Amino acid sequence: MSDLTKLTLAAARDALRKKEVTSTELTGAYLKEMEAATPLNAYVTVTADKAMEMAKASDEKLAKGEGGDLEGVPLGIKDLFCTKDVLTTACSHILDGFIPPYESTVTANLWRDGAVMLGKLNNDEFAMGSSNETSFYGPVVNPWRRKGSDAKLVPGGSSGGSSAAVAARLCAAATATDTGGSIRQPAAFTGTVGLKPTYGRCSRWGIVAFASSLDQAGPITRDVRDAAIMLKSMAGHDEKDTTSVDRPVPDYEAALGQSIKGLSVGIPKEYRVEGMPKEIDDLWTRGIEWLKAAGANVKEVSLPHTKYALPTYYIVAPAECSSNLARYDGVRYGLRVDGKDITEMYENTRAEGFGAEVKRRVLMGTYVLSAGYYDAYYLKAQKVRTLIARDFAEAFSEADVLLTPTAPSAAFGLGEKTDDPLSMYLNDVFTVTVNLAGLPGISVPAGLSSEGLPLGLQLIGRTFDEETLLRAAFAIEEAAGFTAEAEAWWRA
Amino acid sequence: MSVDQKTVRHIARLARIAVRDDELEALAKELNGILDWVEQLGEVDATDVEPMTSAVAMAMKMRDDVVKAENLQKEVTRNAPGAEDGFFVVPKVVE
Repeated sequence: MSDLTKLTLAAARDALRKKEVTSTELTGAYLKEMEAATPLNAYVTVTADKAMEMAKASDEKLAKGEGGDLEGVPLGIKDLFCTKDVLTTACSHILDGFIPPYESTVTANLWRDGAVMLGKLNNDEFAMGSSNETSFYGPVVNPWRRKGSDAKLVPGGSSGGSSAAVAARLCAAATATDTGGSIRQPAAFTGTVGLKPTYGRCSRWGIVAFASSLDQAGPITRDVRDAAIMLKSMAGHDEKDTTSVDRPVPDYEAALGQSIKGLSVGIPKEYRVEGMPKEIDDLWTRGIEWLKAAGANVKEVSLPHTKYALPTYYIVAPAECSSNLARYDGVRYGLRVDGKDITEMYENTRAEGFGAEVKRRVLMGTYVLSAGYYDAYYLKAQKVRTLIARDFAEAFSEADVLLTPTAPSAAFGLGEKTDDPLSMYLNDVFTVTVNLAGLPGISVPAGLSSEGLPLGLQLIGRTFDEETLLRAAFAIEEAAGFTAEAEAWWRA
Repeated sequence: MSVDQKTVRHIARLARIAVRDDELEALAKELNGILDWVEQLGEVDATDVEPMTSAVAMAMKMRDDVVKAENLQKEVTRNAPGAEDGFFVVPKVVE
């Protein structure tokens, strides 16, 4: 029955409705695959009993011809989402043993629509990282390997558990979050689709906060249709998040397959960065040709402040992170390390509870917000952020979507970049601009590198125009015809 | 601008993270590496530019100021490393 895990989310949904398969069978098949895939370290918590319970409840509804849009479909949940009565740690030591008494809005929406929870997925600690190597629970291993090599590669980050689990068929789809590229870059590294919606489209309530003006939830899925289906369930207004937008959620799936004839596609010339590998550049050119062949009008656009996006991000994100992470004080939840007085207790708790990258960002954020430096760093970065957003507004006056590569390389080796924070940060060069401007972006698998690793193309859309974005992504997907899968070496 | 070990100690104190003396040099080096790199923002003239404070332009929503949740004292203290009778327990603060 392991063929069941080969079904896309859409195919599984349809098979469940037609009673060709039960959710209990499907969920059982995934739990078996998950057990055989422990070398990938994609899941940090498996909720087998809960999954079977939810599946049974779904089967009862499906038998009566009832149920929601995702009835009986098994999902993996990034450990950044609070799940009621289920351990939630953001993969940080400091959240040891934290059992939320509440459910995040996004996951609550998925359960409302009938989805089944398989477990919690690994991620970089507090979503700070681009390789899933900063997790307290150890790195995730990419299901993909270079041709003829058994070297372990990273699955991207911070949603590395989500991307690996979807690529290795350990869930029908997964939730993820994206602050600077954490959905799209891991999707590109694993041959999956990653959709970061417009800021405000999905509620942030109940998601462990990293940088609140940049964080946004979205799905990682096997194809564009699955991403459209997931977004419809995840999105929606929530009065518990003041930045959640009060506008109707369209039927994204209906946008797929519509013609892109006459669609205006912008190619940002500043994204042709120095030292970009030729195969990334070639992939980009192929993407342009595909869209042209489908009837789109392609034109060059300019985003002049692109090179300042990463430095801006590495001021804004640490500043917000240092404020958000102030709550981990050893008093209300998680780890406590005693000290001779309360201040020493705080300091010892945070010294032991946070990993090296998180400490680095908290210190950096504290510095740029501290008296005497606020204007020079933080205020300046916020002004440059305005200029970056203006660049996009200008580009979107003449283009409906923008096409870029998702990441400057294919997946790299475990440990290859951990000694140099800056080289790790540069991974997000094409994705981080999108978060700064609050726009939606999607990564679609578009080809293989010479070493046999997946590469992704990114489309960027107008604010709250995920429909056009998905329509264009679907066209890329159809033209690319990407069907390659990772060999299941981890089962051996 | 560059940070010395004394500054790192000061920031760590503000951030309430205990740092050992033998960690200071490496931390200063890392932070300076990042600060040198973000220094390039100095090239951008943003004199009359408004700082961006919201990712998507929207008016702040208001809600009625009414209590909606029930008494959640038990749930609120459930995860605390130290809790007694519905209160958080911390080391003595006032002598």
